[in-house]
Amino acid sequence: MLKKITILGGLNKIGLPEKIQKLEIQAGEILAVVGPTGSGKTQLIADIGQVAEAETLTGRRVRIDDGEVNSNEDKQKLRYLMAQVSQNMNFVIDMTISEFLMMHAQVRAVPNPEMVLKEVLAITNHLSGEPVTFETNLTQLSGGQSRALMVADVALLSNAPVVLIDEIENAGIDRLKALDILTGQGKIVLVVSHDPTLMLMADKRVVMKNGGMDGICYTTEKERHILSELVKTEKRVNRLREQLRKGKSLRSDYHEIDHHEEEELKLWQEYLYTCH
Amino acid sequence: MQFVIVAGTPSSGKTSVMVHTIRHLQTSGQQVAVCKIDCLQTNDDVTYRRLGIPVAVGLSDYVCPDHFYVANLEEIEQWAGVQKADVLVLETAGLCHRCAPAVYDCLSICVIDNLIGINTPRKVGPMLSSADVVVITKGDIVSQAEREVFRYQVESVNPQARIMEMNGLTGQGAVSLKNTILNYPQFEGITGKRLKNPMPAAICSYCAGETVIGKSFQMGVVKKVEFESVDQC
Repeated sequence: MLKKITILGGLNKIGLPEKIQKLEIQAGEILAVVGPTGSGKTQLIADIGQVAEAETLTGRRVRIDDGEVNSNEDKQKLRYLMAQVSQNMNFVIDMTISEFLMMHAQVRAVPNPEMVLKEVLAITNHLSGEPVTFETNLTQLSGGQSRALMVADVALLSNAPVVLIDEIENAGIDRLKALDILTGQGKIVLVVSHDPTLMLMADKRVVMKNGGMDGICYTTEKERHILSELVKTEKRVNRLREQLRKGKSLRSDYHEIDHHEEEELKLWQEYLYTCH
Repeated sequence: MQFVIVAGTPSSGKTSVMVHTIRHLQTSGQQVAVCKIDCLQTNDDVTYRRLGIPVAVGLSDYVCPDHFYVANLEEIEQWAGVQKADVLVLETAGLCHRCAPAVYDCLSICVIDNLIGINTPRKVGPMLSSADVVVITKGDIVSQAEREVFRYQVESVNPQARIMEMNGLTGQGAVSLKNTILNYPQFEGITGKRLKNPMPAAICSYCAGETVIGKSFQMGVVKKVEFESVDQC
């Protein structure tokens, strides 16, 4: 089982050494990658994704459990270490959901694929709007439905110990639920985000500037408190969104949680608890 | 000299992959020369010339591009010698998927992208199955699941190859390819080396410019479709 990932700093865009020369991420930790667009967030994820050994533009080196990854053979062994979900990803093949998932399950030698496939579909439908079925063709999926399926697939079929998430706030899915699903026990999760709620859900955040790692902030007690306020506000906004989407008119007492929703939330949390 | 042969499916990013890799080769102090083989027209020489390296273009025109390629290997090697190249990159396009350019002792690279379809690796044939290195591009725009399934398909067609995932836009992965090229054994003299796969027979009247349809205009090696017999009720 993977224990930690270490990133040894390289150079920023103007060729100076990065301020942060060593960044460690322990198993079970969530790391947010923050910074303005063009500051090198996606590049950092890419460096980790390919287990860089000073060969990328940044010259960073990545260590898995303190070991060096030298040969191509080493990299082959690490091929299923990481799974990635990003806003730019799409399904391009012309196949039904069940055909495709079955293929992926075979590649990953998943035992009892029928059961797992049912769960993948359930999670997909929990994350996005209009439900999809096993017979739905991948090319018919909306952007949000596609990303929902990707999240469910990464969580249950790829099931990698390291998950890289790139700006899923723009993916048209319930991103807090998505993060819940992707952060299993003992997983290392890296979240590239511009979204304060997602940033604060992480244990720490690395701040990118000019292509380099410029600082590390640890989420404070105060920030956790702000996070819980943010989450509450978001739930309220979500409820409004759902009601408007369903064609309902808003009542003046919209901020009251109705009992049905509360029940649903509890079931969801129980489900998450058991599925990890 | 390192003799590198690059082939791949159309629009898979052969030139982009090689431009990034050549930049890294140049940084390592290597003199690189590029020859591009195409059918009718190419602009890739302009792209390569921007690197400030010697570039040659061979257009097969009315000749089968695969046969044209093989018949010119000695001349291309000589040309690269005159350019004092440490690494010769020979990029071939217009291959019909029946032929494969791989030559024993040359490093042959096949570039293939995630968008061509999950079953296409099986259709590509010897160009993919006889490559030493398979570079898979465009992985950044498909899902994790598709990338995994696609790579698996490539592996099942060519289990011996070193498989590399690369981004042709950013050049991510190019340094690994550069290292693979530099670590491959060098040799002098392509004369006497062998193709890994024989090229198919294509010697008929149409190869020689015939355009009229009909049996009496067909000469040489002519193969006909075998239709399944239909049972009469």
